[in-house]
Amino acid sequence: MQKVILEYVEEEYLEDDDEELDVDTPLISGGIVDSFSMVSLKRFIENKYNITIPDDKATPEAFDTVTKICVLVKEST
Amino acid sequence: MSFSDTVRDIYKQQLKEIQDAGIFKQERFIHSAQAADIEVEFPTGSSLKKVINMCANNYLGLSCHPDVVKAAHEGLDNRGYGMSSVRFICGTQDIHRELEKKTTEFLGTEDTILFPSCMDANGGVFEAILTEEDVMISDRLVHASIIDGIRLCGAMHDTFKHSNMDHLEKKLQLHADKRLKMVITDGVFSMDGDTAKLDEMVALCEKYNAIIFVDDSHATGFIGKTGRGTHEQCDVVGKIDIITTTFGKALGGASGGCVSGRKELVEMCRQKARPYLFSNTIAPVVVSGVLKVMDILFQSTERRDKLEANANYWRKGLTEAGFILKEGDTPIVPVMLFNAKLSQDISRDLYEEGIYAIGFFFPVVAKGQARIRTQISAGHETHHLDKGLEAFIKIGKKYDILGKTKQEIIDKYGL
Repeated sequence: MQKVILEYVEEEYLEDDDEELDVDTPLISGGIVDSFSMVSLKRFIENKYNITIPDDKATPEAFDTVTKICVLVKEST
Repeated sequence: MSFSDTVRDIYKQQLKEIQDAGIFKQERFIHSAQAADIEVEFPTGSSLKKVINMCANNYLGLSCHPDVVKAAHEGLDNRGYGMSSVRFICGTQDIHRELEKKTTEFLGTEDTILFPSCMDANGGVFEAILTEEDVMISDRLVHASIIDGIRLCGAMHDTFKHSNMDHLEKKLQLHADKRLKMVITDGVFSMDGDTAKLDEMVALCEKYNAIIFVDDSHATGFIGKTGRGTHEQCDVVGKIDIITTTFGKALGGASGGCVSGRKELVEMCRQKARPYLFSNTIAPVVVSGVLKVMDILFQSTERRDKLEANANYWRKGLTEAGFILKEGDTPIVPVMLFNAKLSQDISRDLYEEGIYAIGFFFPVVAKGQARIRTQISAGHETHHLDKGLEAFIKIGKKYDILGKTKQEIIDKYGL
């Protein structure tokens, strides 16, 4: 799961091929994903894992790293 | 006193942080009409300096055109100064509707509604026509006013990479379940001067049954062979569902904006858009001036043709001198310097040479993308452009950046 989400984040949000991410790179607090663009990540995960993440759990903190996102997905499954 | 020292200190600290970050904005006072030649007081209190203005949105040179000024005077005499009312109570004159009709005809749309500014048009339009069942999919480099309008709207929001049609298509697929999908873009992007691929975007919108929105503020009046805008250049006139644009740039440059497009969407704005409902519309004197601007544009393409020739001359001159420019074919010509301090130093030196052009750096543009954004006008004559080129070349030599690659400039000055 980590690999799938990491690949999506890299394809979706990175403009420069030289940038590198790992599962603990801060995405939102690090300025890689803005709050506007977070919605596509949420929708991708919901579609991919056939889950619904409630809005009150889809916080910038919960989406801040791939590791945290994986925890959220498991909790929502 | 409620504004205590403690409260004051909070703001002093915030202002200090803005200054420390190097993004504190200072106004320069112009003591003349807006034109190619202006007299500027900068720094405040200094004696006036005559400079060539190369950073105005006065693309068609109409900001102080004598016919426009005369029409505004007549409008002031015939229709008074203010309306003292919002549109739907007693704030609509015949000339407001006349301007809406002329704008509709000019843009090739179905109907138009005026707003106090294009900022207000963008601030009100999304909330007026979309609901939580819908999605807005915007280019990542759209103007700040669109971002504010999106924030005020309850519809879902997503973005696509700048001008990346593959990415846009993926987003249209991702949000296929939404009631309405609106694709949102600028026509001409103000910082880079590049043009949206409206033909490809329209094709995608047709394929995925989406609405398309274009802010053409940096295009109306001069992009396209008769100046109708980006939709004319991309051969999609009549296929853009919503165009927002401004009268505060090429079209006389005073103030005001509009939403133009499908008549049902325009009517929804008339019923629901809050900046329209809760503030006065454009003052009669300005409407009168813009009506004259429209007459000028309907009569001839002379001004946009001159602007195009000027922009080509300027772009060619800078390129031949060895500057790195953002590619494009609009009158927005960014001279890339990459380093923020270098952009400020060169802007300051150009001013000393009599050229008024501003350096932009992060956060206005991406990090490492600092530039001087030059903007060409039909009000520029060849001697203005030649003096501008002379100054740019002199300063370019001083900093040894002519003919240098991006990497060489970065190696010399850092990012």
